[in-house]
Amino acid sequence: MPDAVWEPRIVAFFCNWCTYTAADLAGVSRLQYAPNVRVIRLMCSGRVDPQFILEALAKGADGVLIGGCHFGDCHYVEGNYKTFRRMRMLNRLLLALGIEPERVRLEWIAASEGDKLRHVVNEMVDRIRALGPLNLPERFQSWNRELSHQTPPCEGVLG
Amino acid sequence: MTPPQNHAPKAHRAEPRIGFYVCHCGSNIADTVDCAEIARYAASLPGVILARDYKYMCSDPGQELIQQDIREYQLDRIVVASCSPLLHEHTFRAALARAGLNPFYLQMVNIREHVSWVHKNREAATAKARDLARAAIQRVRHHQALQPIRVPIRAEALVLGGGIAGIHAALLLAEAGKRVILVERQPSIGGHMAQLDKTFPTLDCAACILTPKMSAVRAHPNITLWTYSEVIKVEGYVGNFTVTVRRKPRYINEALCVGCKQCVDACVFKDGKFPDEFNAGLSHRKPIYLPFPQATPQVVVIDPDRCLNLKTGKCKKTCVEACDRNAIVFDQQPEVHEVKVGTIIVATGYDLFDPTRLPQYGYGRYPNVFTTLEAERLVNSSGPTAGKVRLRDGRVPRSVGIILCVGSRDHRTHPWCSRTCCMHSMKLALLIREHAGAEVTIFHMDIRSAGKGYEEFYDRCLREGIQFIRGRVAEVTDWAMTAKEEGHLVVRVEDTLAGFVRRIPLDMIVLAVGMEPQRDARELRRILNISCSNEGWFLERHPKLGPVITFTDGIFLAGCCQGPKDIPDTVAQAGAAAAEALALMDRGYIEQEPNTAYIDPDHCCGCKSCLPLCPYSAIQLDETQGRAFINEALCKGCGACVAACPSGSIQQHLFEDEQVFAEIDGVLSYA
Amino acid sequence: MPMPKPKLAIYWCASCGGCEEAVVDLAEEIVELLQSVDLVFWPCATDLKRADLEHLPDQAIFVSLINGAIRTTEQEEMAHLLRQKSRFLIAYGACAHLGGIPGLANQFSREEILRYYFETGPSTVNPEKAQPQPSYTCGHHTLTLPDLHYKVRALDQVVSVDYYIPGCPPTPTLTRNALKALLAENPPPPGSVLAPDVALCDQCPRKATKPLQLSFTRFQRPHLAPIDPQQCLLAQGFLCLGPATRAGCEALCPRGNMPCSGCFGPTSRVRDPGAKILSSLCANLAPKTAEEIDAVLDTIPDPIGTFYRYSLPRSLLRGKVNTSPTNHAS
Repeated sequence: MPDAVWEPRIVAFFCNWCTYTAADLAGVSRLQYAPNVRVIRLMCSGRVDPQFILEALAKGADGVLIGGCHFGDCHYVEGNYKTFRRMRMLNRLLLALGIEPERVRLEWIAASEGDKLRHVVNEMVDRIRALGPLNLPERFQSWNRELSHQTPPCEGVLG
Repeated sequence: MTPPQNHAPKAHRAEPRIGFYVCHCGSNIADTVDCAEIARYAASLPGVILARDYKYMCSDPGQELIQQDIREYQLDRIVVASCSPLLHEHTFRAALARAGLNPFYLQMVNIREHVSWVHKNREAATAKARDLARAAIQRVRHHQALQPIRVPIRAEALVLGGGIAGIHAALLLAEAGKRVILVERQPSIGGHMAQLDKTFPTLDCAACILTPKMSAVRAHPNITLWTYSEVIKVEGYVGNFTVTVRRKPRYINEALCVGCKQCVDACVFKDGKFPDEFNAGLSHRKPIYLPFPQATPQVVVIDPDRCLNLKTGKCKKTCVEACDRNAIVFDQQPEVHEVKVGTIIVATGYDLFDPTRLPQYGYGRYPNVFTTLEAERLVNSSGPTAGKVRLRDGRVPRSVGIILCVGSRDHRTHPWCSRTCCMHSMKLALLIREHAGAEVTIFHMDIRSAGKGYEEFYDRCLREGIQFIRGRVAEVTDWAMTAKEEGHLVVRVEDTLAGFVRRIPLDMIVLAVGMEPQRDARELRRILNISCSNEGWFLERHPKLGPVITFTDGIFLAGCCQGPKDIPDTVAQAGAAAAEALALMDRGYIEQEPNTAYIDPDHCCGCKSCLPLCPYSAIQLDETQGRAFINEALCKGCGACVAACPSGSIQQHLFEDEQVFAEIDGVLSYA
Repeated sequence: MPMPKPKLAIYWCASCGGCEEAVVDLAEEIVELLQSVDLVFWPCATDLKRADLEHLPDQAIFVSLINGAIRTTEQEEMAHLLRQKSRFLIAYGACAHLGGIPGLANQFSREEILRYYFETGPSTVNPEKAQPQPSYTCGHHTLTLPDLHYKVRALDQVVSVDYYIPGCPPTPTLTRNALKALLAENPPPPGSVLAPDVALCDQCPRKATKPLQLSFTRFQRPHLAPIDPQQCLLAQGFLCLGPATRAGCEALCPRGNMPCSGCFGPTSRVRDPGAKILSSLCANLAPKTAEEIDAVLDTIPDPIGTFYRYSLPRSLLRGKVNTSPTNHAS
């Protein structure tokens, strides 16, 4: 059941050491921000498998936010560089597949930058709101309406 | 060290029996999130046997509730929706363990820091909490039993910085029988405290209380003291750091020099010619010098930028002749040492604010504007004026003004309070009056005298006639408007108690400069891989619950590198840091998150794509099998290889693909 | 009395015909095969009609091999019909398995494709701008053509599929082994891809020549640079998808001095093959600045065609997501 009034849904992948901690700090500091983000904690932004991002979009996210440590600060030396390189290619791919690059955002937010976290989340929610819903699950359903027979479930792992 | 369970093939999973608990955290969560509704909703999800809301889950009765339910309802997965897992994950894991359940069958939902504290709209906050709860419930069914990884801890410690914080921490550790390497980048330990004359509020002499500790460091058999040295690289991890230290050449054989200073007397420079760092530039030293009388070690040092022989190779080298111990070694080279330690205490202190950044106060333009550190050296009996307070032209000042909050509590410079300047200035006021008989006026925004005996000290200053004017000083000028102002510096200030702008002519101005992070704090932070606040102060793990612990296991903070503090707080914190390090080293091991990556040898094709990605060389290739494998002892659990394995053959404990996918699905599936 | 021979059907949907060839490639063994099965339907090779199929009882066919993606209404109907009549339905070849090369059409809308093909394409002369119509009435006769779907689909996105035989096309060995496995006592678990669940490097003769530490500063294209016949292709900078692609072909392309282009699809542990190989290759790029990284990425001129050459319809996003609306059938 979709929301009665559309609200942007953003899935966030935050690294344990910097951005997740910054989100905790924003909490401790009672910084108010838009409630549209759902945070998933990983140890490092380098763990963000591009599959996670595509899966989130395919499952109904309107945007995906990835938060890691600033260059030079990665708890695992260079995990954030790995993320950075992947994201540059993924953005090209998403663009080719008709997804606005703004929907997938990579930000470096240090453990002390609770206010930056607030700012980034609010700004991203505003931008996604301006772009409108992506709503891939419904789009996939509408694609399948051209099939004359009811389709079998086709989600899940290949093979 | 490697528990076999972590690699056991995945057993066939029966339908899990999930217990769900949502915490009110008093009113912290319950005010914004409808906890009863979350529990009701969770109870409706597949696999959830029971769902409860409770006032304080982390309390003993809260934990007991989980333990009872595990036993009574044979729960085998637990989800707790409360505060950040970084705060209480270990608490609830321990509760699971007490009830006989593997602690890693727990998943936490952060509905306080990430929900109730950052949102006001109850409906939206409850909806978000519901999504996060659903994600955790879907995730936890994929959790597996794991064993923590035990890492042995070496019993040696490195203390970085030889100020009062480092000295105190090093002595405590050494007394407890641990080997300590104390690294100080200046030629002597002592830090800023060694430059102080007397200390507030007791007015005991800084040197009298510090010198014995410095000597104790020098003498202690468990302490290796490396002055004039810097840490250039830190590798490894808690329990087993490899630290590379660069020892700068002081051109003196430390083992031979006894600090007799005959070389200093014999130097071709008859008099001191170069600003003396210890005296804040108020006196001059020679190229070869002992930093200060109580310097530890008592070893002279040659300044390569000033020494004629080192600069030009043309010098009579009278110093060499004067040294009967042949301690002068002009061809000394930098040495690089590698040491292995289990813990590191960072006590690198602070820098003083540079008052030339506030030109309205005239520092550098008017000779008789001083900093508090300069004033400190002036009142010190072993200082450049032998304790006589003098203006730059040698006159005795009749009136002195001390301006507070220079580079503190000011959004143009530093927003923070440096915490020591009020007390420091009042102490200086008393000392200046005692040494020069001058009238002293303190310009302040308010006097902060929180500390044992501090308010009483303020009272004493008031009683003894120190003037206090409340107002932030606008300007220090030498432009006289009246005959009375002629030949004086004039402080222009709005006296906010009197309610008008005043011009106050004074002979001498002292700027109470604030503290700021060491200029190279960010570089050091990178070397150590610890976090920094925006301002550059090293970041503690938790301001209250972990004030001396960093986010990097095995590295602790002491003193002003973490933020401004006075000597009593610094010493207390150094003790706390030493105790934390000691607890680790005495236990001999640390239990770490078993979040390591692993490769199923039946799945790996040996493509080597993962090998370059591991910064710890934890992934190796088994040449005979043509398969990669992960050395669990080296893996730090970042997961970069997991995300990159092109055939999906690397997984990570606690962050398995299916766990993350379940979480993604959970936060997005509509209620 | 001899056991009745199991019935076999073979059908093609949106495919190039290579998979039919692959069956013929069984060579002498095809005779053996045809002796052990009763071929009830193979329009490409025999003169059996749809009506013959319709007359069979449900599940009468032991196994049907369908190759090709589902692109038209007719293909969809046939897939359903074969599903109904078959005990085992096998997606045969990359197009039925993952959408295949025809699936790359999911980057464009149906209108864009029709317009290009019938109007704007460089080799098209069509001044009337005539386009195929699903039905055409001429006097008393109405002629019909199958309608083109808006999206290309893998077979299992239309009907349920029991097994997958991957490859563009599947190799004779793989086909033979798969059929043997199905005819054996214990067929493989349903849903299996009938090829090893390990990546191709495992079978590649060049594997040992890949260095332990390899990072990329640029990618080469096989038609623009000479290829060393021994060394690992990735180590030479050629974008070989072997590490991300299921084994089973015995590394035919690398043995033929060409990089793997991924026709066997991913292993069972991967949901989106393009995302996975992208993740691996890009993490291992040498540069650290945006400009330098982009310069390396510029050497991959067609990311979709490179990373999803055979798998776009079966990838997580299934194709370009904002093409024109597709609700004509709703």
